Amino acid sequence: MAKVVVITSGKGGVGKTTTAAAFAAGLALRGHKTVVIDFDVGLRNLDLIMGCERRVVFDFINVINGDAILNQALIKDKRNDNLYIFPTSQTRDKDALKREGVDRVLEELKQQFDYIICDSPAGIEHGAITALYFADSAIIVTNPEVSSVRDSDRIIGILASRSRRAERNEPPVELNLLLTRYDPVRVSKGEMLTVEDVKEILSIPLLGVIPESESVLRASNTGTPVAFDPESSAGRAYLDAVARFLGETREMRFVKPERRNFLRVLFGRA
Amino acid sequence: MRLLNFLFPPHRHSAAIAKERLKIVLAHERAGRHAPDFLPKLQKELIEVVARYVEIREDMIRVNLGKSGETSLLEINIELDGAKPLSAVLRGGLAGAATAAPPAKSG
Repeated sequence: MAKVVVITSGKGGVGKTTTAAAFAAGLALRGHKTVVIDFDVGLRNLDLIMGCERRVVFDFINVINGDAILNQALIKDKRNDNLYIFPTSQTRDKDALKREGVDRVLEELKQQFDYIICDSPAGIEHGAITALYFADSAIIVTNPEVSSVRDSDRIIGILASRSRRAERNEPPVELNLLLTRYDPVRVSKGEMLTVEDVKEILSIPLLGVIPESESVLRASNTGTPVAFDPESSAGRAYLDAVARFLGETREMRFVKPERRNFLRVLFGRA
Repeated sequence: MRLLNFLFPPHRHSAAIAKERLKIVLAHERAGRHAPDFLPKLQKELIEVVARYVEIREDMIRVNLGKSGETSLLEINIELDGAKPLSAVLRGGLAGAATAAPPAKSG
């Protein structure tokens, strides 16, 4: 049975699209047929992060409106056969994402894919609500910072009351916390909320901690999901999170300050 | 020791302050989240009803759902000071209601 996973946060700029791309790539690497959908109508960016911006012909809205069929709009990733990208439209019509249309497209995707990753826009407006409405599972992307934690709490409340599962009195959307841009050095100095602090405040299960890493910008510069970079600490942390999502037990890495390795300092790899 | 504390005040980590502030603000926001959806509608309809008898502004009615121990309390505050009674002429036809209308300065 296909699973719909929403990547959401409330607050913008915390790493939703990076996470959606990395998570989809990680699931594909594990052999699951995965599609990642951009729900941020008007502010399309997943295509850039996935490195397929020049291959976009038809989009989500075209398919909803019946101007194109699904397989015309899906973009097959060139690095992994299990991975597909479903770009959104740059239209300024915010209400173009009609709920019935989205439902129909998701049902069609469920026939072809194991995982459907929905990259939510920021905020709690129409696009964000539509992205989380059909979810079976949600990954709440949070930075260890007050405004991000507060907005995550708000989104958790919305998932519990306004998702389709909540409306139909079905088992609730599965919630998972992903703490991103974590800086163990600043945490050790008492300058940043700890993993335990955020876990305690939001009280949902922790899926992973992604360390602040230069490799994330490097990945977005080149249009590569960071999970495809085996050198990167963030990439490895995402693969760990994917493994936990699939039910495996993995020790939390990158949560303590790393000892400065002489060779690493010399060659400057993050 | 006191002198040391005076000269070098113990430094409070900003992360601890962040955690404390978050806990307080979220406790407040979570309490409000579980308010039932009907409250705004109830408030609107109450205003309509009261407005049949006295001139009233929207901000003169406050509806709150609170808790007192085990009991849930629906608290409705209607401020009547300064509210003018509507004249029977204005209410035209509602003859019966005229006698039921409370005096403006009831509280």
